[in-house]
Amino acid sequence: MNHFAKSYAVFLIAGCLSACVTINIYFPAAAAEKAADKIIDEVWQLKQGEKPANPAPTPQQ
Amino acid sequence: MMKSFKPMLFCACLAMTSIAWAQQADLEINSPAVSALKSSMQSRHGVLGPHFASGAVGLTKDGLVTVRDANAIPLSQRQAVNSAVNDENRDRQGLYREIARANNHPEWEGQVRDTFAQRWVQKAQSGWWYQDASGAWKKK
Repeated sequence: MNHFAKSYAVFLIAGCLSACVTINIYFPAAAAEKAADKIIDEVWQLKQGEKPANPAPTPQQ
Repeated sequence: MMKSFKPMLFCACLAMTSIAWAQQADLEINSPAVSALKSSMQSRHGVLGPHFASGAVGLTKDGLVTVRDANAIPLSQRQAVNSAVNDENRDRQGLYREIARANNHPEWEGQVRDTFAQRWVQKAQSGWWYQDASGAWKKK
């Protein structure tokens, strides 16, 4: 039982540390790309045309 | 058996949650400094836009702009374009720094710049010039 408690504590600490490191040093590349696109669209005044927007609803026949 | 799995499962969940959180969070780009730089650059695009198209001005691999063919600019405009390029670069550097700072990670400045460098090129119109990773000029 004591053994389990010990290993639990070790994993808990390791988990917390890895979580902290992840949050602190991880650069959110996807979010940065999204942010860059948004700013570039505004600065260059690009309209939605270039981006694949929501697929147009296909007309029902 | 189950007992020894529990802590591992817990740790895995914790790590995944933190990764997911980091990936989903949007970057803060609405700070007053970022907005001011953005609108300054937007109004300058009226001056620079035609010169991107003529090839006189190009996008550098480090997320800035430069005059790459001064002869393509009419003499009377050269001075104005040069100072627009300098102003643009000052704003761009400020933009990358301010985005990193607005997200409480000033050390991200370089990565923000690299991201922008790629996206400027990606969103450039065809016919515009840009530097590839080795610094060679290419026409989009």
